[in-house]
Amino acid sequence: MRRNLIFVLMSLEVMLNAAGLAFVVAGSRWHQADGQVMFVFILAMAAAEVAVGLALVLHIYHRFKSLDVDAISEMRG
Amino acid sequence: MQPTFYIAGGVAVLSTVLMLTRLNLVHALLYLIVSLLAVSVVFFVLGAPFVAALEAIVYAGAIMVLFLFVVMMLNIGRSAAVTERQWLTPGIWTGPVVLAAILILEVFDLARGASAGLGTGATGPKEVGIALFGPYMIGVELASMLLLAGLVGAYHLGLRKTEKPEMQRDTGIDEGRADTGRDLVLAGTDRSARAT
Repeated sequence: MRRNLIFVLMSLEVMLNAAGLAFVVAGSRWHQADGQVMFVFILAMAAAEVAVGLALVLHIYHRFKSLDVDAISEMRG
Repeated sequence: MQPTFYIAGGVAVLSTVLMLTRLNLVHALLYLIVSLLAVSVVFFVLGAPFVAALEAIVYAGAIMVLFLFVVMMLNIGRSAAVTERQWLTPGIWTGPVVLAAILILEVFDLARGASAGLGTGATGPKEVGIALFGPYMIGVELASMLLLAGLVGAYHLGLRKTEKPEMQRDTGIDEGRADTGRDLVLAGTDRSARAT
């Protein structure tokens, strides 16, 4: 299992891309533009998410000196 | 167009699997870029040229450059010399280059054929724009609010301390963020103009 935070973010990008691919394929199947519109929304969401996520990764690395997700378990109950 | 679609899909799946199994971050980023380009070719074959261009420009261009910025700023490799020697071995970039060469051959083939679409016709950017600013107006407004919230949040996270490495980090984030969307360009240039 990957425990690197940047790998987590990259895998998130792959999953968002897969969702967008499903939308575009469905829109292409029924010849509607709605699928591409939804992909544009997914793209904007991914851009905002990755900007905030990478800023958080930088903070976590400067504070914990590690990118391991198991190193950041202080809030575990 | 069928073999083009299957080859591009196979390249996408293969490069994604290779991305997930790499141990080095930069190698994984290379394979992820190839995967996004392959998905872009798949979009083009499916008859969505606008989305294909957007995928290549925004995903494989801006977002991956943002990842690369962060990887280079974090400077993960402890022993730099060993890592450099490891990265310079020619066996590493041949995988992404071969997969990308397959994709670019497909693109040349498509450009010679001059028609896209598995089905009957392509859905061009005009119809997408009419749908985007017609029935999906609320969605556009919500996306703009989300981008503004992302901008403010990343700005706040990047501007915590005013030490020298922190300042470098802040400008790097700001450049990458200005690339991520067209709505952000105005705000990014405004802020950099104010900073200078």
